[in-house]
Parts: sequence; structure tokens; C-alpha cells
Amino acid sequence: MIRLIKRPTPSRFWTAATPVLAVLLTMIAGGLMFAALGKDPVAAIRTIFYDPLFDPNFASYSRPQLLVKAGPLILIAVGLSLGFRAGIWNIGAEGQYIIGALCGAAVGLAFYPAEGWYIFPLMVMAGALGGWAWAMIPAILKTRFNTNEILVSLLLVYVAQQLLAAMALGRMRNPQGGGFPGSRNLSQYPAASNPELIAGTGMHWGVVAAFIAVIAGYILLQRHMLGFQIRLSGQAPRAARFAGVNPARLVVFCLGVSGALAGLAGLFEVTGPAGQITIDFNSGYGFTAIIVAFLGRLHPVGILLAGLLMALTYIGGELAQFMLGIPSAAIQAFQGMLLFFLLAVDLLSNYRIQLGRPEVA
Amino acid sequence: MKVTQLLASAAMALGLAASAAMAQDDPVKVGFIYVGPIGDFGWSHEHNIGRLAVEEHFGDAVETTYVESVPEGADAERVLTQMALSGHDLIFTTSFGYMDPTINVAQRFPNVKFEHATGYKTAENVAVYNARFYEGRAVIGHIAGKMTETNKIGYIGSYPIPEVIQGINAAYIHAKKANPDVQFSVVWAYSWFDPAKEADAANALIEQGVDVIMQHTDSTAPMTIAEDRGIVAFGQASDMANFGPNAQLTAIVDNWAPYYIERVQAVIDGTWESHSVWHGIAEGMVEITPISDRVPEDVRAEAEALSASIAAGEYHPFTGPLNRQDGTEWLAEGEVADDETLLGMNFYVEGLQGEIPQ
Repeated sequence: MIRLIKRPTPSRFWTAATPVLAVLLTMIAGGLMFAALGKDPVAAIRTIFYDPLFDPNFASYSRPQLLVKAGPLILIAVGLSLGFRAGIWNIGAEGQYIIGALCGAAVGLAFYPAEGWYIFPLMVMAGALGGWAWAMIPAILKTRFNTNEILVSLLLVYVAQQLLAAMALGRMRNPQGGGFPGSRNLSQYPAASNPELIAGTGMHWGVVAAFIAVIAGYILLQRHMLGFQIRLSGQAPRAARFAGVNPARLVVFCLGVSGALAGLAGLFEVTGPAGQITIDFNSGYGFTAIIVAFLGRLHPVGILLAGLLMALTYIGGELAQFMLGIPSAAIQAFQGMLLFFLLAVDLLSNYRIQLGRPEVA
Repeated sequence: MKVTQLLASAAMALGLAASAAMAQDDPVKVGFIYVGPIGDFGWSHEHNIGRLAVEEHFGDAVETTYVESVPEGADAERVLTQMALSGHDLIFTTSFGYMDPTINVAQRFPNVKFEHATGYKTAENVAVYNARFYEGRAVIGHIAGKMTETNKIGYIGSYPIPEVIQGINAAYIHAKKANPDVQFSVVWAYSWFDPAKEADAANALIEQGVDVIMQHTDSTAPMTIAEDRGIVAFGQASDMANFGPNAQLTAIVDNWAPYYIERVQAVIDGTWESHSVWHGIAEGMVEITPISDRVPEDVRAEAEALSASIAAGEYHPFTGPLNRQDGTEWLAEGEVADDETLLGMNFYVEGLQGEIPQ
């Protein structure tokens, strides 16, 4: 007979070991799935995890791409993790990402074709402000009217998408684009572009911002009073109130920071890798970042690693599709397994497994 | 530092030499990227059928690969770069939104040939190809005009881009000719493939009294709804009769196979050159499947005659007199639209209700 006994405190060993265990279990279960599809499981796992990093044909290109893909995920996820720790659920990072990109791009396009060092910094500020403002809607509705921030922030994603479509087709449409939807290409407008900072590394300002966010998030959570309040509110809301935590201020802070970071991610994406505002400019970073935040156990360093791992499964997954003919649905299932196993083995850090008969009380 | 650089460049030179040598006797490698899943039974499905036709035609002389559901934008650029790096000789990029990524990647890989569907930017190693879908839309517009009893036709659009607007205009002009009382309701899905959204759109249209549905999105959801609700619809990109055995009156099928085979052959022969082609019913790129028995025989005959006259070049679906929606003249009596106007079409013709989203 197997029984679960709750540990008084989470096991330190298992907290560190479970992510590794989850990846191994995903490889085994995923391998079985690929085998069931008639593909060589070893080749599939190798293509997903090894080839993007070490294959001589691809590595020089896909290693930098890992940063490009992981950058926005990490930047958004660090912001989200603050709120998630405090029990404040911002599910609408995708919308804040869109609005950040729109506001930043609007500033850049307004200056076109002027040149000046100040244009890009202004755009960055506009991007952060845009994301922040979009997140303030659920924040204020929550603190004033006690609405549910999960619903409000999620539904605002769809509003943001409609706004994006309207902008791509209307006000921001490239006047020289022959009537086709989509803005001017910002990455081809030097004053507003977010280029690769060191050629061949994939490093752009968004990746730099992601690293800064990881460090700042770490300091905030571990060394700062506000970080303590965030953790306390999540673990013991009542105790937090006794300790003098103002819940409304915390809601505004957490939603504001996560919104601003999502807005920044959108701005860096639209000025760099994506290049322009298009109808479907958003490609799900805001939602994937939620997975990354949990995969990284809401810890900044964990999120850094989780973001890179997630990016690896995307890039490796694409390789597996065209090199081995694995359907994209199988790749998505594989990514889903990763989250599933991570949450499942989480049990081990919080519970002890006891074999045998229950002890007599 | 110097040594590693030297080693790196030596390795690269070796790699290049090896890949050049391999290109001689290795099979020609042809890649495809799709915007939807190959199981959409619409747009991407038909491109994949074209890919399979290439495999069958050339056998071992060709190796094909594909990546499905690739978002248009930065992700597409990465997938294309990785395909180019892995030694593809020819890559078909099969959605409008892949245009800039295709051009960007093509610049970095001058030895790889690219074929972009439905775009307008070409380069030394980027050809564009497109189908005159509006020819098929004209034929189904005629059938729709004859078949509607409520005089309301629903149209599910993807994005308000010229290709889609051409289709709406062509369908409307010919529905109106067949039935002067006809009205169109256009709903935009802002997606090429979103079965849930397309189903919602179809249901909303039916609530408004629509009894014929046309779609310019890639899933079979509208066809399934039409079947369930007992109205009629037209298959898009692919024969959707399996999803609407009673509902489907006919389907416009995009037949890419002959073009793909022709272009792969050109690469094998070393005669590949960039070009811009726009094929229609005449070349077989646009096909109308056999029309359902639900359509009265005389209407069927009219539709077939219309299709035949378009194929023969006797009739152009955009022939004047035609006015723009605001009443200004677009084409004078007997005048035929030029391709340039069609490729940039951003206005409705007179009589259509509603506005193109701006």
C-alpha cells in the first residue's frame, strides 16, 4: 500500500531535482509517443534537445535564436511570477504585450523618418507605459470594485487583439505598402530599430532587458521588504494583513510591473525580430510565459532556465518537423507533457511516499 | 582566438565543399512551410497534396520536408533559415504573411530558391505564384445567387487583404447578376484557421437569415455548421464534401500539384528562374468540383458555361460597367480590370453593404 505523507516543509532536494526528473520523464513518455507514430524516438529526442545546440549545421544559428525566442518569454514570466507569488493572477500578459508594442510602435512611426538617438528610448518608455496602463484596468477594477482580475485581464486580451487588427489595417498601415495591412518595417528604420547588438549572438535589447529583469526580480524577492510582502501575501494572506501589508497597493504593484514588462517585451519584439505591426503580430508569448513562470517555479533563476528550455523545445520541435516529419501537434503534446510531468512530480517535494501499512496512531 | 577562428573557417570551408559536392548526386531537397495544420482540409491540406504529388512524381530523385502551423513573422523567418541551413534546394512558402521573412532569408541564402505563394515581392531567387481564386468565386457567386431563398448570402472572410476582397467582389457581382435582390453579409475572422471562430461566424450569419455560406478561411467548420443547420455552402481550397455531403454545392479546389512538379523539374534541370505567375481555371490551378444535384440542372449548366468561358479567356469576371462602392466609376462598359488593380484591391464594388475594416 502506498501512502502520501505531507512534509512539514518542502524537501530541498526534491525541489531542485524535480525539474530534471520531469524533463527525463518527458523524454521517456515523448519517446514512446514518437515511437507510436513510427518515428525513431532517440533521433527525435536528439533532434529536439541536442541538434539546436550542437549540430554543426544549425548550432551557430539556432543558439542565438534560443535567446531571441526565450527573451520575451523570460521578460514576461518574471513579471507574472511576482503576482503569482502573491496570489494575484494576471492572465492577460498577451494583451499587455500587444498594447506595449502598439504604443511603442506609434511613437516610432510618429517620428518617421526623423533620425535621433532619443527616438528608441522614447519608444521603450511608451511600450512599458502602454503595457502598464493596460494592466492598470484590471488592477483598478479589482481594488475599487473587487472584480476578478483573472477574467478582466484575460478578456482584455481579445480587446487588444481587435485594437491590433484595427491599427494594422488603419492608422498604422504602411502608406507605401500598396494597400496591404501592416505597418512600416521598424527594424529597417535605424532610429527605431532594435538590432542584434553583437552580430551572431542573438542579443538584442529585449534579451538584455530579460537578464536585467531576472536579476532585479531575484533581488526584489530575496532581499527587499516588498518581496517579503509579496511572498507573505501568497503564503498567508491573513498574516500579511497583520504585518501591515496593504493588499490594494500590492495588486497595483504586481499587475503594474507585470504589465510594464509584458509591454516592454512587445516593444522589443516589434522593433526587432518581428519588425512591424501586423494583424497577427502576437504569437502567444503572453500565454506561453504563464507556463514558463510555473515551469521555473516562480523563481527568477528558474524562469531563466525554463524560458531557455521552452525555447529549445520550440526550435528543436521545428527541426524535428522538417527533418523527421513529426507533426506539429505531436510537438505541442510533447511540450504539454513537460508541464504535466513538472506539476505531477511536484508532489515529491511536498509529500513523502510511504510504502507498507499505515502506522497505528 | 586566431587558432579557433582559423579552425572555424576551415570547418566552414570543408562544410561548404562537402555540401556542394553532395548537391551533385543527392536528391533535390524541397521544403514547404504551411500556415495551418495539414489536417485543416483546406488551404494547407491542398499544398500538402501538392507536396505529395511531387514526391510521387519524382520518387527518389526528390526529398520533401514540411513544417506546419508556422506563425507568420519572426517564427517563419527562423524556420526558413533552418531549412536553408539544412541543405534545401527549393522552399515553398505558402502563405501571404511569409512574404517579408521569405525575402529576408532569400537574401542570406542566394543559392537556395524560394517560391512564395500569393505575395508580390520577388528577387533573383524568389519567385511568386498565385491562383486566380476570383474566377472560381465568380462561378460560385452565380450559383449562390440562384440558390438563395432569403436573398441573404453570408461570407466569412479571413483578413481584409486584396486577395480576399477580390473574392468577395467577384462573388457579389455574379450573385447580383443572377439575382438582383441578393445581399451579402461579410464577417471577418482575422485568422486563416480558427475552427471555433469560423463556426461562431457561421452560426451568427445563419441567425441573421443567411441561407448560403461562402468562406475564405481554411477550416471545414463553416461547412459542418451549414450541414447541421440544413443550409448550403461552398468548399474552400479543398473538396469538403465529406464534411457537408448535403450542404456542399461545389468547391473551389486549389490544385498546386502541376505547378510544384514543374518548378521542381526546373530546379533539377537547372533552368529555374524567378518569375511571377497568376494561374486560373484555364491552367488548372483553380478547379471547380462537380456541382451537387441539389442545384437545378439549368443553373448547373450556366455555372459550367461561365467557368468554361473564363477558362477560354472569353470572359473576365471583372468586366465593366462596374462602379466602386461609393458610386464612382471603376470600369467603363466592356473594360476589363488590369492585374495590378486586382492585386492591390482595397475597395468594394457598388451594392455591397458594410465597410472594409480600416
